[in-house]
Amino acid sequence: MADQERFAQLAMEYMPALYTAALRMTRNPSDAEDLVQETYLKAYRGFGGFDEGTNLKAWLYRILTNTFINPYRAKKRRPEQSDLDDVEDLYLYRRLGGLEAVAAGRSAEDEVLEHFTDAEVKDAIEALPEGFRLAVLLADVEGFSYKEIAGILDIPIGTVMSRLHRGRRALQKALFEFGLERGLVDVKPGGSPE
Amino acid sequence: MSPDLDPCDGALERIYNYLDGELTLDIRESIRHHLDDCPPCDKVFQFETELKQLIARGCQEEAPESLRLRIAQALNLDPPPLL
Repeated sequence: MADQERFAQLAMEYMPALYTAALRMTRNPSDAEDLVQETYLKAYRGFGGFDEGTNLKAWLYRILTNTFINPYRAKKRRPEQSDLDDVEDLYLYRRLGGLEAVAAGRSAEDEVLEHFTDAEVKDAIEALPEGFRLAVLLADVEGFSYKEIAGILDIPIGTVMSRLHRGRRALQKALFEFGLERGLVDVKPGGSPE
Repeated sequence: MSPDLDPCDGALERIYNYLDGELTLDIRESIRHHLDDCPPCDKVFQFETELKQLIARGCQEEAPESLRLRIAQALNLDPPPLL
């Protein structure tokens, strides 16, 4: 039986990570704070039913995600995009001329990555449709396994993989477009390297 | 058509499962082995590794101290359920 009094002691260490995720979900610091607080209140009330020895971090993320998906989704719902599939695999690498550049002994793609700002990364994540954004956040930012993500989002593992796959391609496309806008990249959309 | 996948296609097809740590040791080893022998594939894997790290780093946030206090306060105000 989980001890109610141990809750804060065990759970508060995940607060910064939950806040990070909440901010990417809500896109707004004030909503993110409310979301995290509500998550902790729900988790506290439900802690008696939490099986200690199982994954507390994943359990908290599941509550966070469910809490987010209800009210915040109703308030800020954006249509799910259906054009994600138009983006090819390894989009960014290909557009940066990676495959050809390696063959030619000239490869500067890694240097391009160094020039992206945190703000651009955040914008690219936040531009993803919700289901894809959550999957990418949980995998790439929080480091959860596919199985844990499936549990948190309550979807099959195959769906986790397909959302990650499509979400990452869309994210790469968004980053490439930021690179073009800022002149980090000298490749025209749809074109080949100069 | 060969029954076996081209080794480069085989590695690239599993690139995210590899980076996400979702492959068995055997398959990881065989991909690692291929990357040692194939600089173009190795380059792609390095690029995607760095991109994954860029995303993780770029999304980090400092949680406001006021939020920690708010939550602590809210938890204290909420009476513990009867056992």
